[in-house]
Amino acid sequence: MIISRFVILRRGMSTASTCATRRSWWDHVTPALKDPISAVTEAFLADPSPYKINLGVGAYRDDEGKPLVLQCVREAESKIAASSFLESTSTSVGSKLVMESAKLIYGEDSDVIKERRFAGIPALSGTGACRLFAEFQKRFYPESRMYLPDPTWSNHRNIWRDVHVPDQTFRYYHPDSKSLNFAALMDDVKNAPDGSFFLLHPCAHNPTGVDPTEEQWREISSLFKVKNHFPFFDVAYQGFASGDVERDAKAIRIFLEDGHSIGCAQSFAKNMGLYGHRVGCLSVLCNDKIQAMAIQSQLQQISNTMYGSPPIHGISLVSKILSDPDIKAIWLKEVKVMATRIRRMRVTLREALERLGSPLNWQHITNQVGMFCFSGLNRAEVYLLAKEFHIYMTPDGRISMGGVTTKNVDYLANAIHEVTACDQDAKILHNTDAYKINTDIRFTSLGTSKTRARGMNLAL
Amino acid sequence: MASSVLSSASLSFHGIHKGKSNLGGINKGKIDTFIKSKCFGRISMVAASNVSRFEGITMAPPDPILGVSEAFKADNHELKLNLGVGAYRTEELQPYVLNVVKKADKLLLEKGENREYLPIEGLAAFNKVTAELLFGADNPVMKQQRVATVQGLSGTGSLRLAAALIERYFPGAKVLISAPTWGNHKNIFNDAGVPWSEYRYYDPKTVGLDFEGMIADIKAAPEGSFILLHGCAHNPTGIDPTPEQWEIIADVIQEKNHVPFFDIAYQGFASGSLDADASSVRMFVARGMEVIAAQSYSKNLGLYAERIGAINVVCSSPEAAARVKSQLKRIARPMYSNPPVHGARIVANIVGDSTLFSEWNAEMEMMAGRIKNVRHKLFDNLSSKDKSGKDWSFVLKQIGMFSFTGLNKAQCDNMTNKWHVYMTKDGRISLAGLSLAKCEYLADAIIDSYHNVS
Repeated sequence: MIISRFVILRRGMSTASTCATRRSWWDHVTPALKDPISAVTEAFLADPSPYKINLGVGAYRDDEGKPLVLQCVREAESKIAASSFLESTSTSVGSKLVMESAKLIYGEDSDVIKERRFAGIPALSGTGACRLFAEFQKRFYPESRMYLPDPTWSNHRNIWRDVHVPDQTFRYYHPDSKSLNFAALMDDVKNAPDGSFFLLHPCAHNPTGVDPTEEQWREISSLFKVKNHFPFFDVAYQGFASGDVERDAKAIRIFLEDGHSIGCAQSFAKNMGLYGHRVGCLSVLCNDKIQAMAIQSQLQQISNTMYGSPPIHGISLVSKILSDPDIKAIWLKEVKVMATRIRRMRVTLREALERLGSPLNWQHITNQVGMFCFSGLNRAEVYLLAKEFHIYMTPDGRISMGGVTTKNVDYLANAIHEVTACDQDAKILHNTDAYKINTDIRFTSLGTSKTRARGMNLAL
Repeated sequence: MASSVLSSASLSFHGIHKGKSNLGGINKGKIDTFIKSKCFGRISMVAASNVSRFEGITMAPPDPILGVSEAFKADNHELKLNLGVGAYRTEELQPYVLNVVKKADKLLLEKGENREYLPIEGLAAFNKVTAELLFGADNPVMKQQRVATVQGLSGTGSLRLAAALIERYFPGAKVLISAPTWGNHKNIFNDAGVPWSEYRYYDPKTVGLDFEGMIADIKAAPEGSFILLHGCAHNPTGIDPTPEQWEIIADVIQEKNHVPFFDIAYQGFASGSLDADASSVRMFVARGMEVIAAQSYSKNLGLYAERIGAINVVCSSPEAAARVKSQLKRIARPMYSNPPVHGARIVANIVGDSTLFSEWNAEMEMMAGRIKNVRHKLFDNLSSKDKSGKDWSFVLKQIGMFSFTGLNKAQCDNMTNKWHVYMTKDGRISLAGLSLAKCEYLADAIIDSYHNVS
């Protein structure tokens, strides 16, 4: 029978167990902590309430709260059809994607494009592009570290950690003013050792929505020159910040003007609604074409041992959208519509809160830019919003504005007001650093809503 | 400004030299040449643009397999033959998009489903059907929920997830790979930080399996090693163990407390039957062993470019499977967050629909059948044209897309230089790229290279 043939033993250990549980090779594997962002979606999906709202993951929804397939994507899809399966086309389509992506971010007329002074490779959306760069950085600068803004997207830490490149934060967000802590940022940039690697969000910072002004970007760029730092841009929201793809690339264009040789991770998940297709691009600027080829070959090799190449369907779609002038025009309009709707929701949410007589300052809702609003809500309040109101967001109080609609904005405003309104303690807490992201966070039992105002704040 | 740029640049070189050694030839003198050559008429540019910190990076060595295709493309000879890449071709030597795939793709287009993020572990419908396809829908391990299945990016991506899992939970444990094996296996384990060594597999004397060597090497490996096995249609040799030999391999692996790690890239392509080609894996699972298995739909559904596959870990309990799955997800998140949706939907639709699934089975039989026919024709031609009495039957015994011809490097060069037949230098030919019409020509080329070149 099975038991007689079943000889699984842990290495070097004999089993003295009862027959209740079979020993396994994997006994020492502990359950992984849930990813904080997908944990929110999971909790949302498990909630049966008809009023539930998912403000967790940064995915755009239309005003009906539905995922949106862009018209430009449908047009591109009907044109590419099944021809994309032929594996022989994949290299040429990949190169096309890289060229089009580079033109989009660096500008069609940029010298970098004309002289083909960049190494580029299609990547698995923004995550994949960051990971490829992190691997590349580890390979050629094994002793380096990566400076990440505080706060930043939670997965950035995971990426650099998994390639064994230590990360360090530089100050970015000012919790009191809920805006950019520019002086501290410049200070940290100055104090970092020369030639450090920095990750920057060029627009629509995730999670805070707080971006430097154009003038501030120029100053940052100058300081980077003096310090010879390497700027790596994570471009996940080009078009989503202002509605204009050219404007949203301003920071990068400034760095290019100043002669920096940057690296750039681009994602088409949000601005083309291609989340599940995993399309992105990693580019690294070089001195010349020859160096570009060398770096590209290294990036290709890194990619080959991780997954080969990204899937062709998404690459073909993006390639088509960016290279076909008619379809591109449709896309640009659609990006504007998405960004405009989000801005409108920001205004609506803020006005609703003010109308409710909230004692707190909600200016940051409209000051902040892009997909996310760093609400300033603390963990207790976030927990309550989920428990009592079935509204889900990440524990740091980040609201994905893409999930706010005209139908749910009042409910949302009411709920936020409820959990923060009559609470002087809450007002104090809002001005402290309750925003820090901790990926170990789990919701603990914090009592009923009656005790929230006092007991929990003290418990925190 | 220029001097600070230079000193920062040389700092970087110091950094490079301190680190890993596999960086190719970094020439310290290069940077000075750069400054001189690039900046003569553009001194202001040195001040304007920082020297690239990736200055010393050299070209990565070209991929040997893709290099064959490149060389083939550049050749203008009318009789040229590309037997390099393992991509299926029709008798007319054209790439082939399966009809079921076209149908499934069209259905997707019509449905117009959203493109939201998949969960980190991939499309649930896909994960269900892929595990059922490999282990059998009625397999007890499926019912007992003892399989951790995570959608991966084809075989490569799935192997990489498994490698990362091994590195994390069995640090120092070795993976044993066959000599020879698919070229990318070692690269994957290298980049994942997993040590590996080889077990004997191919016997050039018989152009067959060195079974005794294989068993001896598996026995000699430190207890608790991971043994990488090709489920069917071994790449690159085409030589598979017999069912009896598989049983002995399983015995030894159990005896030595190793973990069987299957790479199944050709399910359906070996015999033409999806079930039959899974029999080696199923036999190990039936013995109650915990098994790792990576799948790919690149060849059998022609979905090369969509990167669809899966990693399966059969555990002794559903609880262990849940834990393992959570850790595979934790590894995938900082690699690419979640896998691509398109290929997963196509496979889920085909395998999950009984009509499409039957059609797929038929197309699979057709593709594998064409390769079998080509093998027979090649064998017939070799036997009849070669008067030396050499035994060419290994061509028939080998299975799947590839065949190891037994030709050495010089003979392979002759194949290319004289006969314009493109193949990899290890003597591997891809029968998927051979048509019945060209068998005779190929036979001539092989006979010539074998007898007249050493």
